[in-house]
Amino acid sequence: MPAPKDAIVKPPPFTYHRPATRFEVDELLGEYGADAKLLAGGQSLVPMLNMRQMSPAHVIDLGGLVGEPSVPVWRGAESTLWFGPLVRHVAVEKSRAVLEGAPLLSKAMDMVAHPPVRSRGTFVGAIAHADPASELPAVLVLLGGQVRVRSHNGIRTLAGQELYAGPFELTIAADEWIDEVRLPPGRRSDRFAIEEFTRRDADFAVCGVAATVREVGDVLVTALAFFGVGATPRRFELSAMSSDDITGGQLDLAVRELVAARLEPHDDIHATAAFRRHLAERLAVRAVRRAATSERSTE
Amino acid sequence: MRVSPGEQVTVKLSVNGIVHDVAVESRWLLSDVLRHQLGLTGTHVGCENGACGCCTVIVSGQPARACLLFAIQLEGAEIETVESLAAPDGELHPLQESFRRHHGLQCGFCTPGQLMNAKPLYRQAPEMPDCELRSALSGMICRCTGYQGIVDAVRDAARIEDEREDAK
Repeated sequence: MPAPKDAIVKPPPFTYHRPATRFEVDELLGEYGADAKLLAGGQSLVPMLNMRQMSPAHVIDLGGLVGEPSVPVWRGAESTLWFGPLVRHVAVEKSRAVLEGAPLLSKAMDMVAHPPVRSRGTFVGAIAHADPASELPAVLVLLGGQVRVRSHNGIRTLAGQELYAGPFELTIAADEWIDEVRLPPGRRSDRFAIEEFTRRDADFAVCGVAATVREVGDVLVTALAFFGVGATPRRFELSAMSSDDITGGQLDLAVRELVAARLEPHDDIHATAAFRRHLAERLAVRAVRRAATSERSTE
Repeated sequence: MRVSPGEQVTVKLSVNGIVHDVAVESRWLLSDVLRHQLGLTGTHVGCENGACGCCTVIVSGQPARACLLFAIQLEGAEIETVESLAAPDGELHPLQESFRRHHGLQCGFCTPGQLMNAKPLYRQAPEMPDCELRSALSGMICRCTGYQGIVDAVRDAARIEDEREDAK
């Protein structure tokens, strides 16, 4: 018996475009704007199309862009780590440049999806998808990364923190797109950790947190960015602490205050707000301790 | 390149070493093109949103969800499906043989995806720590086996292959 028509999980019809240059992408978005979606790896877009959660009239496939690097590269005088629009997760995961220049991102990649999804999904695509449960926007914001936003009207640069308007929502206009993500070089003495709670391996996090610990004189300055809790990733700094404060109760207290004052955990089918709050506190404490006591990763 | 809704264009797909010129609409998924246009029904379709892994095939050497790719994106790509595993005379691939021996399947619906996901990694599997191997296989849902048989099968496949080579 054929399935009823409305039960078929197939993408809706769309006009397909495969531009060869970033400039052509600008032109197409200038023309179709809000009626168009960009397709890079498609690992978030295609499920949404298959489930008919969206029906864009135009799909612009970035896969035909000519001369785009497939791996992250160092660029510029300050040695910024630069990700083009076709760098796939698997290339980030295996990148020596990322391991050396942004070891936190290397650690985070272990948590991003399953191998058959990492083989196609792209880093810039995940940044642009703005899933609040995704590790990568939180890493971008925590490390002070930037995105380059472009359109037929020109090019501008945004701090990661300025990019996110809400869940799955960016602050950029409908005719703009992100063609590059850049991560600044960290100090060699910076230390990192990322912790998350998931129901299944590599699934979206119920709650997670990335942490950096930086030595400033005699004290340690800790910064945190949460995911899976809150609408958009934000970077929070704790007041400076000694290493004894971090191994002792002072850290627990500071984290509890931060979570109470700044996070608004939500209830959903996966966890209650109270459980998320508990996870946020415990995972943050664990991440900071793990970072503070870890070996300096690049020395 | 611009393709209107309903319009068909010809794409060159290399599937299991044979190059096909296939006429596709832009919205046609690789999983459907393999099954309906090329008659390769070994690739199974489960959830069609990337979660279950049944439709996993190998694209340019790496496992990928066939239900999350448009055939039109894959001009010139080399695709391997489960039909490429067994020899023409029907002799099972060592990975398939290992699934048989270790009860890595019951109903068999997810098995084509399990096999293609495991194919690029089974040679390394004997040396992989258990947690790493399980993580590499974790994107694939199986509702029958409880996974232990699948993990055992992937771990033992390289040995079965070597044993066969030695016997020749």
